[in-house]
Amino acid sequence: MNLLIVLKIAGRALARNTMRSALTMLGIIIGVGAVIAMVAVGQGAKAQVEAQIASIGSNMLMVFPGSTTQAGVRGGSGTVTTLTNDDALAIQKELSSVRLAAPSLRTVAQVVSANQNWSTAVTGTTPDYFTVRDWVFGGGRPFTPSDLKGAAKVAVLGKTVADNLFGSQDPIGQIIRIRNVPFKVVGLLSPKGQSAMGQDQDDVVIIPLSTLQKRIMGVTNIQTIMVSANSPEETVTAQEEVQRLLRQRHRISPGQDDDFTVRNMTDIAAAAEASSRVMTLLLGSIASVSLIVGGIGIMNIMLVSVTERTREIGIRMAVGARGRDILLQFLVEAVVLSLAGGILGVILGVASSQLISAFVHWPTIISPGSILLATFFSIAIGVFFGLYPARRAASLHPIEALRYE
Amino acid sequence: MAPLIQIEDLSKIYQTGEIELAALRGISLSVARGEFVAIMGPSGSGKSTMMHILGCLDQPTRGRYLLDGEEVGGLKPNELARIRNQKIGFVFQGFNLLHRTTAIENVELPILYDGLSVRDRAARAGEALERVGLGDRRSSYPNQLSGGQQQRVAIARALVMRPPLILADEPTGNLDTRTSVEIMALFQELNRDGITIMVVTHEPDIAHYASRIVTFRDGTIRSDLPVSRRTDAKEILSKGMFESA
Repeated sequence: MNLLIVLKIAGRALARNTMRSALTMLGIIIGVGAVIAMVAVGQGAKAQVEAQIASIGSNMLMVFPGSTTQAGVRGGSGTVTTLTNDDALAIQKELSSVRLAAPSLRTVAQVVSANQNWSTAVTGTTPDYFTVRDWVFGGGRPFTPSDLKGAAKVAVLGKTVADNLFGSQDPIGQIIRIRNVPFKVVGLLSPKGQSAMGQDQDDVVIIPLSTLQKRIMGVTNIQTIMVSANSPEETVTAQEEVQRLLRQRHRISPGQDDDFTVRNMTDIAAAAEASSRVMTLLLGSIASVSLIVGGIGIMNIMLVSVTERTREIGIRMAVGARGRDILLQFLVEAVVLSLAGGILGVILGVASSQLISAFVHWPTIISPGSILLATFFSIAIGVFFGLYPARRAASLHPIEALRYE
Repeated sequence: MAPLIQIEDLSKIYQTGEIELAALRGISLSVARGEFVAIMGPSGSGKSTMMHILGCLDQPTRGRYLLDGEEVGGLKPNELARIRNQKIGFVFQGFNLLHRTTAIENVELPILYDGLSVRDRAARAGEALERVGLGDRRSSYPNQLSGGQQQRVAIARALVMRPPLILADEPTGNLDTRTSVEIMALFQELNRDGITIMVVTHEPDIAHYASRIVTFRDGTIRSDLPVSRRTDAKEILSKGMFESA
């Protein structure tokens, strides 16, 4: 029998019971829609994490001062100021796997312009910092090594700070005051958005390290060193080398704990990615359960349909339908139901991911793969759950089927 | 020429648990091409079982059944389906049309299961409907047709594959007298065109439209007689003699 005819027969049989067909399809529609929307949310989250990691720089290491142990009481990370400017210089000069090392020091300060003020993190660092962190300039320039040497009163503003202090005005060349010290704005950073931890990366003012140390804070230490390895592959080597060098410089004898911590961004990235992958999997599998429930709904209705149409099956057999013609007819009916449900489900899934993006502001990514998979899956569900009722129909004895009232 | 139907020592035994029930006990029967045979007998006499086996809807327990020279006895379900499709047209008491399916689509049904793809399916089905006098009711649904018209659609469906044999199981059982005569007139007309017809009935009037009456009792053939004074349905219709017939 021609497949086109079988499709026509199936379509007519389903159209006869519009309401029932629609309700049966609803299970698959919701199932497929849920899978597509959930996977879209998961993929969106994953992509966002990846973009954030990339915005930090995947070949980056961060060196933090360590904890101290005094009389058995261990302080937290950063309780001591063990890192120095010279440590940063040594890392950059002596280690072959390291491209750049930028020391930095941070403080929170009220920043004042002519008629606005804004509390923000002020970071003192070296010009290399912009390269290490992959900052792109939206205007102006970074400060120079001579600015650093001379503890020049120049500042680079993040987008958020610039917006809050100057609004739509161009901040380049303007004067800001940080703890009453006037600074000239020389550069404006392009926005980076939120960090993986949800912090606004653009809420920063960056000034030369020497200026922050001498003119604002009156200290000589630094807090962190941002290290950029030659390549993402060399981050592990760089991490080991930095650790060895710092232990040596800090005269830590073997067996003693480090007084610093080296953190590898790749590890953080991997962890973040793994967690978003788990989330996608979890959301997807929860949604799959509803797809299976939808399939059971199809099986249920097909069984009812076979019983109801026993006489029709008998008539078809009497005029020459073979078992496999009957099998095909009911199987195609189940697949048409599930595939139509699947297609409507894809539309529902795409629409709801758009709604999630628009109203909840979660990024969503609809991959063609998930649409293909959902479509394929709904066909598979039709075949799987349609086979048993169809086989039952095909195995009916023609006489008994004809006698059925 | 070999007979269309040849049955030799055919038995059908139904096994229900420990109990064996013989519905047919060693029947032998031969029907030539172009015959019009009525099968009579009380309920439980085995005539329905006989029709099911003749129609390849069921298999005999023992014995031989040759249809159109082909041994049907050992055939597989798929081959039986092919024979039902190609060589036999069924007409039932309850018409057995598909609901919410137009007359023409009901008639097309056997063509769908033909191994060959028939391009002029609608044309052939239309032709069959013309032949039973319903050329103008192609798109009617069964519930829009009278009982007689529904039976005509069923006969058109039985004809559409141009089978050599039509089996009718109480074809007039659900019809009034006039319509019954009309249906029998149609069968006589088809018979004149060369189609072999077998009708199961328990009404002697109906049996007398046939050329031969085979009577069953207790799973055996009790009598097998030619009809001496055959009723001509056309004549009755033209004279309006329903009441007396």
